[in-house]
Amino acid sequence: MIQAIIFYLFAGVMVASAAMVISARNPVHSVLFLILAFFNAAGLFVLMGAEFLAMILVVVYVGAVAVLFLFVVMMLDINFAELRQGFLRYLPIGAMVGLVLLAELVLIAGAWAFSPDVSSTVTVPIPDPGTVTNTHALGRILYTDYIYAFQAAGLVLLVAMVGAIVLALRERAGVRRQNIAAQIARSRAESVQVVKVQPRQGV
Amino acid sequence: MSEFLIGYGLPAATIVAQVLLIVVPLLVAVAFLTYAERKVIAAIQLRKGPNVVGPFGLLQPFADGLKLLIKETVIPSGANRVVFLAAPILTFLLSLVAWAVIPFDYGLVLADINVGILYLFAISSLGVYGIIMAGWSSNSKYAFLGALRSAAQMVSYEVSIGFVIITVLLCVGSLNLTDIVMAQKNVWFFIPLFPMFVIFFVSALAETNRSPFDLPEGESELVAGYFVEYSSMSFALFFLGEYSAMILMSAMTSILFLGGWLPPFDIAPFNWIPGPIWFAFKIALCLFVFLWVRATLPRYRYDQLMRLGWKVFLPFSLLWVVVTAGVLMATGWIPRA
Amino acid sequence: MAVLDRAARSLLLSEIVSGLALTLRYFFKPKVTLNYPFEKGPISSRFRGEHALRRYPNGEERCIACKLCEAVCPALAITIEAEPRADGSRRTTRYDIDMTKCIYCGLCQEACPVDAIVEGPNFEFATETREELMYNKEKLLANGDRWEAEIAANLAAEAPYR
Repeated sequence: MIQAIIFYLFAGVMVASAAMVISARNPVHSVLFLILAFFNAAGLFVLMGAEFLAMILVVVYVGAVAVLFLFVVMMLDINFAELRQGFLRYLPIGAMVGLVLLAELVLIAGAWAFSPDVSSTVTVPIPDPGTVTNTHALGRILYTDYIYAFQAAGLVLLVAMVGAIVLALRERAGVRRQNIAAQIARSRAESVQVVKVQPRQGV
Repeated sequence: MSEFLIGYGLPAATIVAQVLLIVVPLLVAVAFLTYAERKVIAAIQLRKGPNVVGPFGLLQPFADGLKLLIKETVIPSGANRVVFLAAPILTFLLSLVAWAVIPFDYGLVLADINVGILYLFAISSLGVYGIIMAGWSSNSKYAFLGALRSAAQMVSYEVSIGFVIITVLLCVGSLNLTDIVMAQKNVWFFIPLFPMFVIFFVSALAETNRSPFDLPEGESELVAGYFVEYSSMSFALFFLGEYSAMILMSAMTSILFLGGWLPPFDIAPFNWIPGPIWFAFKIALCLFVFLWVRATLPRYRYDQLMRLGWKVFLPFSLLWVVVTAGVLMATGWIPRA
Repeated sequence: MAVLDRAARSLLLSEIVSGLALTLRYFFKPKVTLNYPFEKGPISSRFRGEHALRRYPNGEERCIACKLCEAVCPALAITIEAEPRADGSRRTTRYDIDMTKCIYCGLCQEACPVDAIVEGPNFEFATETREELMYNKEKLLANGDRWEAEIAANLAAEAPYR
């Protein structure tokens, strides 16, 4: 019973905060509600016994991605009253797109089922949740069974990262940068010269 | 009804009692940490530090707390009230909830969960929200700059902390904190993984916004950084949260590298002392280094901080992950679960 | 070789470690703190602190209302009004010093021909209100009575040099 109460608590708060994400007037509030939604999703994962996924969700999405969101939203100085002006005009199109998506989701969810011969075609035996922790199970699937697919995904992300850097990198000539190694490597011998100056001679 | 009470009420009551058993000593420890900080820094600067309130000034933290308690809470008129008040509460709560998984002795832990170290990592990565919310909601330039600095800093150093944790996990084969400590029965991890130990400790300094990485509050340029606008109890909550985060980071250091509650040698005079005392002693040692570093090093410049995090610590810790994994595989020492 | 040496030094954090060692040595050094309200540092006999108006040993006030101090005061902190007393001697009816204006330059005591106005050794005269720092003649005379022993000793010590 407690489990059910907690499930409905998490699920309810999550749905409510997800609704607030799109309806909050202040974009920073939206991001904060998004974080609350992530958090409740993590709670639901814990409830399902997938504690590893829950923690990773918190670390990656709440701890890193949402921070960057918040960063950007706080720094942007957008006039949101102006943005909202066309709201009613675009409402029919938006609602239509939403409805189409919803219909597709319903269709998929309604028609989706495990095919009867799934246990014979699956390449990897599904581990019994009672004997192996979900951390090990996930690790085995990602890094042992599907290592090549995983590495390929990693490479795709790497390419995206390198591409972003290449696009944004700008070499400027004549910029003087601090060279910390050179500063530290300076020694007394090469920077100070003691000169014996004769009177009336100058240096 | 009575069945419900026995089934759920009794466990709930014991959990509340256990939580109080952790939180109350923690808050006392925070109070005395502020005292110790003032004393240690004073001693290094050839001063005596607080010595008037109570014997040796021991009651000073309580006097300070009382002072903050009876002050007026000022909320700036331009501030976002809800977020402004939620930020210190969040900071304080986050620094407390992390203690749920810290093992004080074998089996002496509130929640012995399988992914303990990940939980700690997640909670410590959430610490940035209190700061960023405080900085934004204060509607002040100084606070906002402090919050931005802190957000970027904490996200950067989390990456290298993550790799350090992975290195330790490679040697343990489990994410459970009790297992991590028990894996150090023969040799504490700070000996084989010494460079990682140093990187972890320095990153912990950055993660808790302590000197020499205290740019978010850098008083010489940002007045007080993200908590400029805070006063009274809301300020005290930030203070408590920050110091208990320091204690938490020290506890993490001692669990990951200094063998948690284990005595240095499992022989006669050492193993007479109970585990929690060893654990507290190690935490105190780490905290002393926190204060010692603060009294020694000047503050980093922001670009130097970022350079250290991304260009020095990240490649180095990544390299060590590979080296450690390679050594473990080559020697066959890798733990199998 | 130098490159290797430098690399080793920066990898082993030799500079940070030596800095930490230095602060650790200071940690154990004897402390120099003075417990201020209970212990006080030595004060020069030329110290210029709170003002006082002195009296002769027979109880007669020294000030003859020459107004030299009022004239010399660079901060215009001194206000004097004078009238002949019943016995015909010239005395002040009002001698005020605004301590919030005073810059403690000591010119008033240099100017005084009878050593009446002096700056005593007392520096602990903080008050809770601004009004209390507007000293009048009674306050200054009371100061003189209170600090006479110290002031006389200081003046005697400084006599050879003035």
